[in-house]
Amino acid sequence: MSDHWIIFPVVVPAVTATILLLFARTSIEKQRIISVVSTMAQLGVAFTLLNQASSGEIQPYLIGAWQPPFGIILVLDRLSAFMVVLTAIVATVTLFYAVQGWDRRGANFHALFQFQLMGLMGAFLTGDLFNLFVFFEVLLISSYGLLLHGGSDDQIRAGIHYVIFNLAGSGLFLIGVGLLYATTGTVNMADLAVKVAEVPADDVALVRAGGLILMVVFSVKAALLPLYFWLPATYSSASAPVAALFAIMSKVGVYSIIRVFTIIFGAEGGEVSGIAEPWLLPLALATLALGTLGALAARELRRLAAYLVIASVGTMLTAVALGGVASLAAAIYYMAHSTFILAALFLLADLIGRERGEVHDRLEPAPTVAQPVLLGVLFLTAGVAVTGLPPLSGFVGKVLILSSALEVPSARWVFAVVLVAGLLSIVAVGRAGSTLFWSTSDGESTAGAVPRSAFAPPVILLLVAIAMAMFAGRVVDYATATAAQLVDPHGYIEAVFEAGADLPESEAHGPEHGPEHGPEATP
Amino acid sequence: MELLFAATIGILVSTGVYLMLRGRTFPVVLGLALISYAVNFFVFVMGRLDVGHAPIIRVGVDQYPDPLPQALVLTAIVIGFAMTAFVLVLAVRANIELGTDHVDGMPQREGRDE
Repeated sequence: MSDHWIIFPVVVPAVTATILLLFARTSIEKQRIISVVSTMAQLGVAFTLLNQASSGEIQPYLIGAWQPPFGIILVLDRLSAFMVVLTAIVATVTLFYAVQGWDRRGANFHALFQFQLMGLMGAFLTGDLFNLFVFFEVLLISSYGLLLHGGSDDQIRAGIHYVIFNLAGSGLFLIGVGLLYATTGTVNMADLAVKVAEVPADDVALVRAGGLILMVVFSVKAALLPLYFWLPATYSSASAPVAALFAIMSKVGVYSIIRVFTIIFGAEGGEVSGIAEPWLLPLALATLALGTLGALAARELRRLAAYLVIASVGTMLTAVALGGVASLAAAIYYMAHSTFILAALFLLADLIGRERGEVHDRLEPAPTVAQPVLLGVLFLTAGVAVTGLPPLSGFVGKVLILSSALEVPSARWVFAVVLVAGLLSIVAVGRAGSTLFWSTSDGESTAGAVPRSAFAPPVILLLVAIAMAMFAGRVVDYATATAAQLVDPHGYIEAVFEAGADLPESEAHGPEHGPEHGPEATP
Repeated sequence: MELLFAATIGILVSTGVYLMLRGRTFPVVLGLALISYAVNFFVFVMGRLDVGHAPIIRVGVDQYPDPLPQALVLTAIVIGFAMTAFVLVLAVRANIELGTDHVDGMPQREGRDE
């Protein structure tokens, strides 16, 4: 049984979403119960998988018992288990926020939410490049629906840009996968890792092109400069629980960059080893700088948070670009931190906006909010964490990144940009906070207090972030073991092919020619 | 035949990119559709072009076309078709709700066509 847990994060949301569609015309209460129960179950499965993966064993799951590299495989390693847990936690918490009213504002919120989870979980677990494309599409299609949930004019405006931009990205994804398939004859990541090192000299340029096109596609999802212009409008116009869930969606791009450029174009890539590195560091630093400037210029709290998402992507990819175990571990720690904090910040922005009434979350003077102390303390905590001040998780993450950058030749650039961007983000968040809570105009706020239960989700997310700072040692240990697993792709490749060798003869499918089959078979 | 395919894909992509850069939603949707056709062609020919080979693997037949790109392109066609339908609906909705078919959703300024 324990071998089969890995398929549950994909199957459970798919089945739940289908059941939810059957209940689409019945009461919203039934949909809520189904959705919450299913998401809680996924949280349990996610922790089971994390427990399995923390042994360090890489578990491939051969769907239909096809022998690798044929057929579709899922692979559970430390990184994918970690990402699945992040997704499940953020999903559970945002769902608790959504069931308090947001899910009534449009049709089929819960079904779309579950499909989004299916796409996210599948993208994190798949071991196959084409399947990664399919799961990207699943999560994107449902994110289009979720973004338009509520149907305001701003959402439709942002939605058109978002949909068109991502459709163009999907086309590029197929071109990249096509180029790699044409030159290597496989789309299985482990098999690709072996084959890209062996391509003939004539084809190296094509493989490079394919790899860098994939990098462009993942940069669209991750919002790396110059491909982030869709993000601020999209995230700031989405409804609060959706924006909080999207905090994990931009991590899919970062995850894909880590996955593809450590395994396929990693240390064993031969001619195409490390093709992304010359591009990644300068772009990541520029993204961090521009994201922070955007945060300074933002005139609404949600837009500020959206620019902080971009800055966090810049920070993470800076660490990824530095390479090495310590930097990758820092990137993984920062990924968890920024997901929780930014999701919390989007929920808080909504709470603050609701208590301010007409002005909503615009950064201009307005009557005092109904619960200034509670909201103020939560905003302060989130602000301290997101800007990287001690003692919370953002500080730990930045210290890890900077200390791993000490030995690198470009260290002064990394230090300069990360530290100055940190200072500017403190200015941006500090100014936003003082405008929201202190620069109050006379008169009573027309909006009443938000019920206490709505505070629980952001509080839980902040507590998780505080726990990440308190138990930083354990999280960093896990992240370091994850990074060690990533920089050495041998283990991953061997695990995938050994799983095929272990198949009983009677169960195994696949052509008898073995791995020689492919486009080479036709002259 | 290679030249024909390459030229077709090239013309489709360049037309698609041109249309996608237009200011109104309808040409943009057309452009996206053309690009997705080009991409489907591209993925299809990744298994190499060959003529006169057996389509089905049998004992004794060692010359057959690569079946995988055909399966991949089928998936891509289905997804591309669904997305074109979705973006059309979105464009129509935007036109109704915002009162303009400009991609930025803003009313036209004086003296500017696109």
